[in-house]
Amino acid sequence: MMLVASRPRTLFEKIWDAHVVRAATASIPAVLYVDLHLVHEVTSAQAFNDLRARSLRVRRPDRTIATMDHSTPTTPRHGRRASLATLPLIADDARAQLDHLARNCEEFGVPLYALGDDRQGIVHVIGPEQGFTQPGMTVVCGDSHTSTHGAFGALAFGIGTSQVAHVLATQCLLQTKPKTMEVNVTGRLAKGVGAKDLILAIIAQLGVGGGTGHVIEYTGEAVKALSMDERMTLCNMSIEAGARAGMVAPDDTTFAYLAGRAQVPKGNQWDATVSRWRLLRSDDGARFDTSVSIDASELAPMITYGTNPAMGMAITSTVPDPVTRVEGSDRDGLTKALHYMGLNAGQPMLGTPVDVVFLGSCTNSRISDLRSAAQILRGRHIAPSVRMLVVPGSQQVKQQAEAEGLDRIFLQAGAEWRESGCSMCIAMNGDSLKPGQVAVSTSNRNFEGRQGAGGRTLLASPLTAAASAVAGVVADPRSFTMELAN
Amino acid sequence: MGTSPFRPFTSHYVVLPGENIDTDQIIPARFLTTTERTGLGQHAFHDWRYLPDGTAIPHFPLNTAAARHARILVAGHNFGCGSSREHAVWALQGAGFDAVVSSQFADIFRGNALGNGLLPIEVSKRMLARLVDIASSQHMASLAVDLETQTVQLPDGDGFRFPIAPFAKHCVLAGIGEMDFLLAATDRITAFEATHS
Ligand code: SF4
Repeated sequence: MMLVASRPRTLFEKIWDAHVVRAATASIPAVLYVDLHLVHEVTSAQAFNDLRARSLRVRRPDRTIATMDHSTPTTPRHGRRASLATLPLIADDARAQLDHLARNCEEFGVPLYALGDDRQGIVHVIGPEQGFTQPGMTVVCGDSHTSTHGAFGALAFGIGTSQVAHVLATQCLLQTKPKTMEVNVTGRLAKGVGAKDLILAIIAQLGVGGGTGHVIEYTGEAVKALSMDERMTLCNMSIEAGARAGMVAPDDTTFAYLAGRAQVPKGNQWDATVSRWRLLRSDDGARFDTSVSIDASELAPMITYGTNPAMGMAITSTVPDPVTRVEGSDRDGLTKALHYMGLNAGQPMLGTPVDVVFLGSCTNSRISDLRSAAQILRGRHIAPSVRMLVVPGSQQVKQQAEAEGLDRIFLQAGAEWRESGCSMCIAMNGDSLKPGQVAVSTSNRNFEGRQGAGGRTLLASPLTAAASAVAGVVADPRSFTMELAN
Repeated sequence: MGTSPFRPFTSHYVVLPGENIDTDQIIPARFLTTTERTGLGQHAFHDWRYLPDGTAIPHFPLNTAAARHARILVAGHNFGCGSSREHAVWALQGAGFDAVVSSQFADIFRGNALGNGLLPIEVSKRMLARLVDIASSQHMASLAVDLETQTVQLPDGDGFRFPIAPFAKHCVLAGIGEMDFLLAATDRITAFEATHS
């Protein structure tokens, strides 16, 4: 037997190495095995068609799960069971797409968490929630925010629909090894400043293309202190810096979250599995291709002012001026963005009137996000000019929130309490901004028209969203006097 | 799925100078309810091309006479960022493009493009600026693209080479997809699964 010299490896390299079915050659990329394949209605139909055209089956239905989330209505059903036949407010083509997914899952034997299932929800919320997502796994989905699952120390990345077909048929992908980047977060986040603020600050520092070609590992004191929900928020938006994936090494926080979840090993097997998971961390001396660092203790709540997620700043700052931008930076892009947003260079964001507040999306629709917003909304009412949608990430989150009475806090505050789904994050289901409307949104993308044609999105944390809903203008959550639990 | 083999061609090009053009602009989400790969070309850059009432915005580059039948799109840095939607590639192809030139492509977009035979041509920022300049002074400026030699010929006779991974080049040139390579590895995959927990 040949002894392999143990060179210090990063977490990414360990997972990569463990999934190489066939190493890359000079002419063909590596064949990489996929442990978990998540599927949703928008990016899968053409892939199933590919399989049918070639008379292929799904190789591992047991490693595949599907859900309906993007084009599903989130209008309150008040306990009535949802079925495809009775969906309200849904366009015919959306219904057809959901129908397609149901038939494809049936035909190919893929488990489907359909509308009406009490485990249905946003694909990146239900994977972790059910314990499908586990440390050391490779996880893919035809969806760029698959990076969310990296919070568990998994290698998780988004793929295109043709690749969805590859994974369905072979459980593998041809992959070129990405580079690695360490984002080391020192210090601790201040009260009122959360994981969303942290990732917006990181993206502002890296730029929207700064992570291209890289897998990010988030390290440092501030990251270790984050809950799993917060780590998911962090990893979720790695793609907004262009990164292939984002990950956090698993630790006791991770294991405590996973313990007892539906899909994780039980009993003795659990202990053995956790021992294996403990090895999943970057070795001392492991080298990253790039390293950056950021001091969490200096961060304030963040808000975006432009039309990509890197156009963000501390909520107390003023909108940057394209004219004073350094030579070579994208001045035209900033000018165009401010024009679209209806903002002027030099103006403060605080006090900007808000039409809609959206609390939801795979970035911030988990139970801790709802609790966080409820801290501010408890006993308060949103401004009369504001429409606020609260859209839990899954039916499980919804049930939990209702058990805690959060739904009543939202409803009494004048917000809408809706069914789980992507909703106004992508505005495919009828939940959408009207042209010119300004939204403070806990989602991940402020691209032009993302939340509805002509809509203007300000990305922020759940706390900032709730504070702004109450104030009717962009507001600093730290100005709310109650003791923020943090 | 296979695509048609890539042949050398010459075409005039359209310039979209903005940086960080995301896939939500290339194909807005409301057009993603299709279950087909075809029919998306008419919606490419929809919200930049049309007013809310559906009338075309005359000065938008894709709506100009010079853009008709253009097979090459030249776009700013970090093209195709954001969503993984392969629909962005299908929309560009549907709108008649066979190649996109930029100084950086987002990872998922690049993979999607190559998988469909839409050639991403990465150039230096200087070359990108030069192409934009040429187009602004020369009506219907054209480029000659040859994947075999990995070269692009400018109108003034100057040329440059562009990078592409050998495997991607092979697939695009031959019009074959990755699926066949993966299916050919079935025995290896089965052996891997036997030991992988
Ligand atoms: S919530 Fe938004 S970002 Fe997340 S999966 Fe749904 S559409 Fe994509």
